[in-house]
This record gives sequence, C-alpha cells and structure tokens, in this order.
Amino acid sequence: MAGALPPGLPPDPDGNLPPGITPSPHTPFSAYVHVPYCRVRCGYCDFNTYTSDELRGSRRESFVDVVGREIELAERVMSTAGVRRPLDTVFFGGGTPTLLPASDLVAVRSRLDNAWGIAPDAEVTTEANPDSVDAEYLDALAAGGFTRVSFGVQSVVPHVLATLDRTHDPERVGDVISQARAAGLDVSIDLIYGTPGESLADWRRSLESAVGWGVDHVSAYALIVEEGTALERRIRRGEVPPIDDDLHADMYEMADDAFSAAGLSWYEISNWSRTPQHRSQHNLAYWRNHDWWGFGPGAHSHVAGARWWNVKHPAEYERLLGSGLSPAQGYEVPTPAERELERLMLGLRVSDGVAAGDADAAEVAALVTAGLLNDEAARSGQLVLTRAGRLRADEVVRRLAREG
Amino acid sequence: MSPRARTPLTPASTDPAKIRNFCIIAHIDHGKSTLADRMLQITGIVDDRSMRAQYLDRMDIERERGITIKSQAVRLPWEVDGSAYALNMIDTPGHVDFTYEVSRSLAACEGAVLLVDAAQGIEAQTLANLYLALDNDLAIIPVLNKIDLPSADPEKYAKELASLIGGSPSDVLRVSGKTGAGVEELLDRVVELVPAPQGDPSAPARAMIFDSVYDAYRGVVTYVRVIDGKLSPRQKIQMMSTRATHELLEIGVSSPEPTPSQGLGVGEVGYLITGVKDVRQSKVGDTVTDQAKPATTALEGYTDPKAMVFSGLYPIDGSDYPNLREALDKLKLSDASLNYEPETSVALGFGFRCGFLGLLHLEIITERLEREFGLDLIATAPSVPYAVTTDDGKFIEVTNPSEYPTGKIKSVSEPVVKVAILAPKDYVGTIMELCQSRRGILLGMEYLGEDRVEIRYTMPLGEIVFDFFDHLKSRTQGYASLDYEPCGDQEADLVKVDILLQGEQVDAFSAIVHKEKAYAYGVLMTERLKKLIPRQQFEVPIQAAIGARIIARESISAIRKDVLAKCYGGDITRKRKLLEKQKEGKKRMKMVGRVEVPQEAFIAALQGDEETKKKP
Repeated sequence: MAGALPPGLPPDPDGNLPPGITPSPHTPFSAYVHVPYCRVRCGYCDFNTYTSDELRGSRRESFVDVVGREIELAERVMSTAGVRRPLDTVFFGGGTPTLLPASDLVAVRSRLDNAWGIAPDAEVTTEANPDSVDAEYLDALAAGGFTRVSFGVQSVVPHVLATLDRTHDPERVGDVISQARAAGLDVSIDLIYGTPGESLADWRRSLESAVGWGVDHVSAYALIVEEGTALERRIRRGEVPPIDDDLHADMYEMADDAFSAAGLSWYEISNWSRTPQHRSQHNLAYWRNHDWWGFGPGAHSHVAGARWWNVKHPAEYERLLGSGLSPAQGYEVPTPAERELERLMLGLRVSDGVAAGDADAAEVAALVTAGLLNDEAARSGQLVLTRAGRLRADEVVRRLAREG
Repeated sequence: MSPRARTPLTPASTDPAKIRNFCIIAHIDHGKSTLADRMLQITGIVDDRSMRAQYLDRMDIERERGITIKSQAVRLPWEVDGSAYALNMIDTPGHVDFTYEVSRSLAACEGAVLLVDAAQGIEAQTLANLYLALDNDLAIIPVLNKIDLPSADPEKYAKELASLIGGSPSDVLRVSGKTGAGVEELLDRVVELVPAPQGDPSAPARAMIFDSVYDAYRGVVTYVRVIDGKLSPRQKIQMMSTRATHELLEIGVSSPEPTPSQGLGVGEVGYLITGVKDVRQSKVGDTVTDQAKPATTALEGYTDPKAMVFSGLYPIDGSDYPNLREALDKLKLSDASLNYEPETSVALGFGFRCGFLGLLHLEIITERLEREFGLDLIATAPSVPYAVTTDDGKFIEVTNPSEYPTGKIKSVSEPVVKVAILAPKDYVGTIMELCQSRRGILLGMEYLGEDRVEIRYTMPLGEIVFDFFDHLKSRTQGYASLDYEPCGDQEADLVKVDILLQGEQVDAFSAIVHKEKAYAYGVLMTERLKKLIPRQQFEVPIQAAIGARIIARESISAIRKDVLAKCYGGDITRKRKLLEKQKEGKKRMKMVGRVEVPQEAFIAALQGDEETKKKP
C-alpha cells in the first residue's frame, strides 16, 4: 500500500548484522516502533499503514506479541555485537499508534525497557490522532513511562482537513493539548501546509491556533504529493489544483515568521522548538546518523553504517517472526560517496549545520553569494543554511556533493 | 500457367509488336497494389499458394503504410485471339515527393492505366500524374477500382474521368482488385489500346534507367527500358552521364522473381546487375549504352534529384552518433536522393543536416532509421533552401537557419511551388483561408464533376513544409488531397528569428520566416519554452530576436523551493536515492550558457506537441 521499499541486498535470515558492521557502545541508540494501523487511509499518505480490511488475517490484538518477538531478536543481535546500552529515545509512529489501547503501547515500551533499559532522561514519544485520545488515555501513557506526545493536527481549517481526509474536530485540539499537559507530557504538534485549495489566509489561521496553544515544539511539513496516492490521482484528474511550489515557499516563510515571533526557533528544516531542550531528540538521532532499530512492518533501521528495512505487510511480518526468522527484507551498506552525500543531506537540515569537510571551496563561496549558506559559519568551516537555503536545501546538497 | 498465356514469349527475342509497356497511375489507397496482385495471379506467374498481399512491395514499411516507395517492373504473359503478348507492368510510386521517379517510369511506357477508387474519385496526386502521362503522349486507360464496395459510385466517377480525359463514361472500365472482376478485360484492353514500342534494333544500344534498387545480397539492381539495340549478358556497358563502365553480370526480367535472360531487346523492360554497391552509380534517368559501340546522344529527361526539404537529424543519446552515421551510409546505398553532412548543434549535439525530396521522404527516412537501425532520433523543424544575397554581393545558399548571414542582406529568395488541392466543394472557403494565410496566390479553380473542386495556388515551399498538410487534413476532415511541384523562386521579405535563453542563442530554434510572421513565431516559441524549461536558480529571460531587435519576451522566474520537507520515518535510503536521481537528471541536462535544459524540453519544443497533445 505504501511507497516502494528501496531495492537492497538480501539480509541474513536470522537478523544478524551484515558482515563487517560493528556498532560502537558509545553511539547513542534509539528505538522506533511502527504501528501500521489506521481507521481510514488519508488521501495524501503513502506511509506503510493498513485499515482493518487490508490486514489479511493479521490482527491488531497480536501487535504487542509480534513486535515483542522482534525486540527479542534485536536484543540477541545487538548483544552478540556487544551493544547493551540503554535506549536514549523511543518513538512510536504510524499509522496511528493511538488506535491501539494505551496499555499496548505501554506494554511495548516495557518490553524495550526489559531488553535494554531506557535511560532515565530518555524521550519517549508517541504520535497521536487528536480524536483517538482522551484524558484517561493520556494519563495511562504518562503513567506507563511516556514523556511526550505529538499530535497530528495538520490544520484547523475544515475544508483543508477535508481535502486531507482528516476526520478530527479542530475544536477539540486545544482540549487534548491541555489534557496531555495535565498528564505531565511534553506536547508537540504536526502541521501540514500547501494542501491543494489551502490559501495563505487558511494557513495563517492554523499558525495562529498553533501559537495560541502555546506548545513548545512544532513540526510543519509541506504536503508532498506521492505517487500512487488518492490525492495524486485527484490532482491528475483535475479535481483539486496541483501543488504550487511558490505558495509553499510563501507558507514556509509565513510559518517561520509566526513561530519566531512566538519564541519558537528553527532547529531543523521542518521543526521549531522553544528551547534546545524541547527539540525532538529522536528526530535529531536521525539527522545525526545515530544508531536506531526500527521495529514493526516496513520500519527502517540504522546501525553503524548499515541500513535495513522490514517487510511491509503486517501479515508477512508476523509470519516471518512466527517462524523464528528476521522480518528484514533488504539492507544496504552505503559506499563512502553515499555516506558523504548522507552526511551533507542530513547535517545540513539542522541549525548546527555540518562541517565543510572537503566540500569544494568555490562552490561554498558561490552558495554564500547566492544567499543560501550562512557567511559567518562558512568562514569558520561550518555549513549552515540561511532561510532561503532551507527552502532550497536539496539543491545545496546536490551542488556540494562531489561527483560520484 | 494461365490458360490465356500458354506460350510465353522469350525475352531478348520478342517482336516489339508483341510488347506492351504500361504503368498504373493511382492515389495511395486506391488499390493499385491489390490490382497488381490479381494481375500476377490471373496471368499465372504467381500461383495461389505463394501469393501474399502487396506482393511487389518489398519493404515492411511499404506494406504497413500501404504505399509504394520503389517501383518495379513485372513481365506478364498474356494471349489475345491466340496471339501471345508480353505485358510489362511498371509500378510507379504514388506520392508527391517522388515526382521525378514517376516521370521516369512514365517515360518507359506507352500507356497508363488511370486507376481511381470508385468510392472516392480522383485525387490531386493522381491528377498531377495523369497530366504527366498526357505530356508523355501515353495512351490512357481509365479504370474505376473497388466496384465491390457498397459505397462505390461508378456512375458518378466515370463521368468525372470522362470529363477529364475525354471520351464517354462507358469507356471507363470497372474492376475490383479484391475480387478480380474485370481484370482480364483490363489486360485485353492494354493489348488493344497501348501502342507497341518503337525502336531501332540495329542502332547502338540505349536503355533508360527508371529505377535503381539496392539489394544487400546482389548489390544494385537497375531497372531499364531498352529503346534501341540490344543488351546481352557479359556485355560491357557505359552510363552516359558519368561515363562509368560496368560489366553486365546478369540481365533478366522480373516474373515477378528475377529471372535471368539472354538479354533485352527493343521495347523490353528488365533488370541489370553489374556488381556496383551504390545506387548513385546507376542513377534513375540515366542512359545505358554499349561501351564498345556507344550511342552518340543520351535519352532526354535526365536530372539529378534536388533536395527540397532539409532537417537536422540528431541521436537522442549522443553516443549513438556513430551508429547514425553508419545507418545513413547504408540507406544512401538504396536512396540516391538522400544526402547529408555532419552538423553540430549547441542544443542537440552532433548530428547530420539531411536533404530530402519532400516531407514524406523525410518521414520515411526517419522511420527507417528508427525501425531498421534501432535509433532514437530528433529531427529539427524542416527548412527549405534559401538563396541569400548580401549587400556586398555575396551569394549564399542557406539550408539551415544557422548559415544565415549576420551582415546586411540585399535580398532573399525562396523556392515556390505550384499547389493543386482537390476537395469537396464545401471546403473551398476553409482551404482558401488556409492558403491565403500561407502567402498563397490563387491561380484558378475548376470543378471536377458536380461536387469536387481543384484549387490551384502558388505558394512558398517553406510555408508547406511547416505543418501545412496537417492543417489541410484537419480542416477538411481528411477529404482534401494535395500535390505540388516546384515552379521557381521568388524574392520575399524573409527574416531570421533567433531564440535566446538568458542571452544565449539556441541554434535549434532559429527559423527563417516571413517578416509578418516573425512576431507570431517568436511568441509561440518563447511561450512554448517557458512551459517546457524547468525553473532555475535564477531568473531566465527567453527572448525572440531578429538580429539585435527583441520581438518577444517571456521569463522563467527563479526557483524558490527545492527541498523535501519530510524524512520518511527514518527511510534515509529513499531520500538519498531521490537526491542521487536528481543529480543524475542534472547530468543529462544540456547547458545553454548557465541554463540547464532537459533534452526532452528541446524535443517537445521542436515537435510542438505541447499545445496539442497535452491533456487538459
């Protein structure tokens, strides 16, 4: 159902790390848990997620036990490789993790805790749909060791939510945010801009609401029309207008202005936080190339330079683990040139930037002149995007990446 | 063997009085090849088992398009009143681009079957060829074909034919190439009406080449009609235009497969093989004579075919250039009218400037290059040869807008053609409007029968090569047919329009157009390119200019957003691959100054399909 997995090498059936991959016990270690369920599929989404009709015999009720098996497998593999450190961050994403009872999420967290331990100051987040949680649910999460919740708000404008196939009532969002805070959870919200038909005024309304809720962390993602989604078909048929990149740029700038004025500063292209402590430690682990194990159907992992990904369908995932096999479908160990491209691509996204390394000095100077890289940082050997540069980060990466 | 041809006459010893040479003049789709098939069967030289449709059309491309590109000659045995005859049927090409070949085929005959579809009536090209046949004093046998069709209206079209060539509608034969009805009567009528060839058997040999075909196994096969004297195996022959000499390795007749004979005598039609590998060594229209005892005067009418339409052919994949060269070299062996020379374009890389007889010729060659040689090609907009005289009196022939001189121009002249369009009378208004808009000058208009009209114009050829035929067809629901023939040159107010991207000229889009159309061309191309060229990191002006004067302008605003906001839940591989793909894409871009242009944009802009093919 989701975007295609990359082609890769066939992984070890027992789940052992590829030959030559030796993780360091000093590298921070994270866990991502993919909960592949949704009540309905949103027209824009190409994530690996399934409605109950599409599960082909796999059942939500067995999720904890099946993921539990992958945790056992991972524990064994990492121990063999010499890694026993506690987890620095845990993140439940989807899908809609909150379609599961809070007790299931807490149970998976406990199994992770049993396998490696969870560091005392660790960030433990779950994504949540504003209409699938209430005060009781949020209290149960907090009591079960969760520290943070990220609400998929997307917009507060009804026609925009309708185009996105989102069903929640925007009036409720303020309430669930208060309930989460009351439960002692940090709160982040996700917004989407550039939905077909969304005007600058619509976007301003969503930004004003977000600022009004006083959250300490916001993610704002430009809508990407992915191949094979219902939204892509609707655009192709002319039922909704196509994406306008210039409007996206205006909306990004409007968001950056609104968040800055409210005391939230950018620390990653699509993320803003009130203080450095409010940054999403889990997302930073991706940008900083830390190690993480992705659990669940279609989840991606990275350990010490090797990347692999699980089979996508929950039924196949369940079958493999039930037979004592690894659910991994493919893996790759990027070449040095690919590593360098990743280093630039990931590092440039964050406000700390990335060391210039052996980037072409003339190209760096040209990018500074073009207003895409910060002049001062570049002079001290660090590549940091300007605001215009953030909007054209891919171009900056392509220009800096050496031919290869 | 047919019961009507029990004792076929032997080549080389056939009395000219027993020979009939005829051709079939017909429009594409009027059933000439099918009629020829029936003749092969009825005369018994092809049995039912080895029969295949359009037997004489050798190339796949001919059979698929239902048209004949190369003509052939077949010797058919026939008997009338117990007397044996040898009928030589010369198959003529049916398209406007091959008028010269048609004229040579006609010169080899004494008679012509004028074959017209009984459901459609005569078409412009047929009419033009009919006039050619009448000029050659050929006996004309009017025939309506496809009388088996429910939509056939033989009464109406018999009247039309009778009014064209004189005589009574009852003289018009009615046949069906499909069922064979009337074909025997037609062969009888050929014997009755077509005069026997005349010639001097004791004079030095003279034979006219009316076709020359390259065969991968046998080299060039040359088709000739003997006028005087005799040609024999092993004889040393000479080509009168080039004085080149060859030995006759084989001589024979087609029946319809090549059959060697003891020679060819006065009035006979057959083939020669000398071992040459290039049709240019055996040119259509040339006279073959005996080397030992050469004729003093060549037969009349020989001319070198002149390229009338030029286009740059470029491989889409630049590394295919050597393959394109090789493929053209091979095609040239079988096509004397194809010529080409290397050309380099900033936008398209290395390619060839090719000269063609006309648009169909261009289309056929491009299609053969793509199909037979597996090449992906792009062709630049067709252009015609212009004669430019500069202020300092220098004369330059321009077959490519890039050769257009930059200094002061004294005059420019362009080729002009006489155009004949046949169409139902309801379309006269729309056709005249179209011709008027292409700088046409009305010569006259005549009714053929009750509801069809022949409209005659003179028009610059440059106006015709630029999508004229497409417009004519679409405005007349396909009912109009077109023929044209060169009729000299005229001075015209022509200018060269250049297209500039960020001040850099893009050679592939320069065009020589009439002054009054320069603005429209400039607007069309700048708008088209604005849609096709992706946004760059800076603003890109697109301009159309005549010399230094800008006549149209568009601009592509700088890109503002080039970033993927989300990270696909830790799927770093996917994001990296996207970037790698984008980087690969950049490598395939052509650089015009600092502007990156995808090759597809050039192709789409040249083909002009952006406006028409894109779905709303």
